[in-house]
Amino acid sequence: MSSPSFPMGPITGHHGRAVVVAGDDIDTDRIIPARFLKCVTFEALGPAVFADDRAELATAAAGPHPFDRPEHQGASILLVNRNFGCGSSREHAPQALMRWGIRAVVGESFAEIFFGNCLALGLPCLVADHTAMLAIQAAAGAEPQVPFHLDVAAATLTGPAGPWPLTLPDGPRQMLVTGQWDGTGQLLAHAAQLDRTRAALPYIGGF
Amino acid sequence: MSAGTLYDKVWELHRVAELPGGATQLFIGLHLIHEVTSPQAFSALEDLGLAVRHPERTVATVDHIVPTTSQARPFADPLAEEMLATLEANCAEHGITLHGLGSGRQGIVHVIAPELGLTQPGMTVACGDSHTSTHGAFGAIAFGIGTSQVRDVLASQSLAMGKLKVRRIWVDGQLQPGVYAKDLVLHVIRSLGVKGGVGYAYEFAGPAIDALSMEERMTLCNMAIEGGARCGYVNPDATTFAYLQGRPHAPSGEAWERAVAWWSSLASGPEAGFDDEVRFDAASIAPTVTWGITPGQGIGVDETVPTLEQTDPDERPLAEEAYRYMDLQPGAPIAGTPVDVCFIGSCTNGRLSDLQAAAAVAKGRHVAPGIKAFVVPGSEQVAAAAEAEGLDQVFIAAGFEWREPGCSMCLAMNPDRLEGRQISASSSNRNFKGRQGSATGRTLLMSPAMVAAAAIAGQVRDVRELLPA
Ligand code: SF4
Repeated sequence: MSSPSFPMGPITGHHGRAVVVAGDDIDTDRIIPARFLKCVTFEALGPAVFADDRAELATAAAGPHPFDRPEHQGASILLVNRNFGCGSSREHAPQALMRWGIRAVVGESFAEIFFGNCLALGLPCLVADHTAMLAIQAAAGAEPQVPFHLDVAAATLTGPAGPWPLTLPDGPRQMLVTGQWDGTGQLLAHAAQLDRTRAALPYIGGF
Repeated sequence: MSAGTLYDKVWELHRVAELPGGATQLFIGLHLIHEVTSPQAFSALEDLGLAVRHPERTVATVDHIVPTTSQARPFADPLAEEMLATLEANCAEHGITLHGLGSGRQGIVHVIAPELGLTQPGMTVACGDSHTSTHGAFGAIAFGIGTSQVRDVLASQSLAMGKLKVRRIWVDGQLQPGVYAKDLVLHVIRSLGVKGGVGYAYEFAGPAIDALSMEERMTLCNMAIEGGARCGYVNPDATTFAYLQGRPHAPSGEAWERAVAWWSSLASGPEAGFDDEVRFDAASIAPTVTWGITPGQGIGVDETVPTLEQTDPDERPLAEEAYRYMDLQPGAPIAGTPVDVCFIGSCTNGRLSDLQAAAAVAKGRHVAPGIKAFVVPGSEQVAAAAEAEGLDQVFIAAGFEWREPGCSMCLAMNPDRLEGRQISASSSNRNFKGRQGSATGRTLLMSPAMVAAAAIAGQVRDVRELLPA
């Protein structure tokens, strides 16, 4: 399923240049518009990430979109604001970001399904408070060539300035640093308990 | 921390194990799949050499990509045809029931599972679609999942989950005529914000909720996710049981009595503790319309588009973006906004009672010149029931198109879409930029009756003016 460059095993940190996509409530329809969901594999999604926003900004005074600016090519840390990834449950959204090259996201808050989808793919999403996020974004904007270092275990981000403290709940943090974020194996390990739980549910046998 | 709520009880009953990372492994009672978010999950399963653990607990249908004009195979769109063929092959290979086109049971996944009696109180329900929250209307804990999690459910019939907090949304009073569950939920989201529910399950309760039909409760829970709450639910009661009785997958005979007793025992009791509670008064809610680019940007049809000064400072950048995108003027009334396309359908509002409410407005009237208006029933069963009542004829006589069931212009993965800057009055659930198939298309969310009123007037119109006094 995954292309070879997708993460595997423990994810303790990431080193790379950052790209800012500013704004609250950026939904998954914007990250990957629905027409690109007509696929039976995720492979071709990378170039389509933010397709409509990028097209809109291509000709706008405020454009081009950060993902189209030369200085951000090869960036791997995405810096966002509040409620990033809200809306549809489509895993195509983190898939598209990852296939474009994103390997970590730092933002003020994330929609839950999006956060879970990212975790299942080994894409860490860490939270900075509002003031810190604005400072991080300003630093990244001022010196786009300077790489950042994200420490997942310590939950800190260091770049042209910083370090900034971030937050990541213990569960996901453990899963990332121990390499257990790809959880199918863990779930299958509890076969006996699964059967016990199932058998105790009255609706399973039709009451 | 919540205690004694339906959410707590159902969580406890389905808890399999605590996982090393701190998450809980939860058994999934009902898994629903469709053609868009399942193919990659089946491929992943194959890569891992795993089987489907409980194929009898997964049910499939096809909804997102189906055309609504002609559903003859193969579809005109080869990509859509490939997606359906892939689903058919995966279901056949793994022994999963697929309610396909023409089976009499096909339709939007969140419409068919309840109508077949698959969704029942006390279940955990998962589906690779965020509007899975719909099934909470039955007192199920139902949530949307991503494709990796679809793989996990197929492989293990369970998921790694973190427990949510529970917020009770208590609604007093009664909805006024012309005001529907859609207006109620748009009002709740407007008040609590699109992020307000993050981290919460929403329990909807109170006299106004008790009075809602099952179809209205589904509309309400469907949009819990638009308020950020991954699941929303209503405690099961006599209305729930009456809806379920006699449905194909509902228990019958003596099992029925046992089921009702168990279901009743799951409801949040008077002693239940919540993490938070918010109160609303149903009587004060007007027909509600969105003016912006998130479902939280809603106002009463008799209100004006909020100005920047009237907007919370935090929300101002989004408001400015919405003014630009929607091309609506701050301070201008929303009523009278001209529309181009009127869409009645979706898992939010594509059920029989939705079509009845819209038909009551359309009856004896005609769609305004230049307006494209169409009705897409939520399922084959809804279509048949509506046709048996003659609703299709009411719509056709009024100038609406009557289509085949599917998701249609809710997300425009099929040929039904906005063109260019067109603006729609839509009974669906999302007004995100580009949601309805044009990167610059615009969406006004509202109830099906309000969509019918907009179609007749050619502009946003207060449906209460068109209803018999
Ligand atoms: S009708 Fe819309 S929201 Fe509902 S399942 Fe289909 S695409 Fe998703």
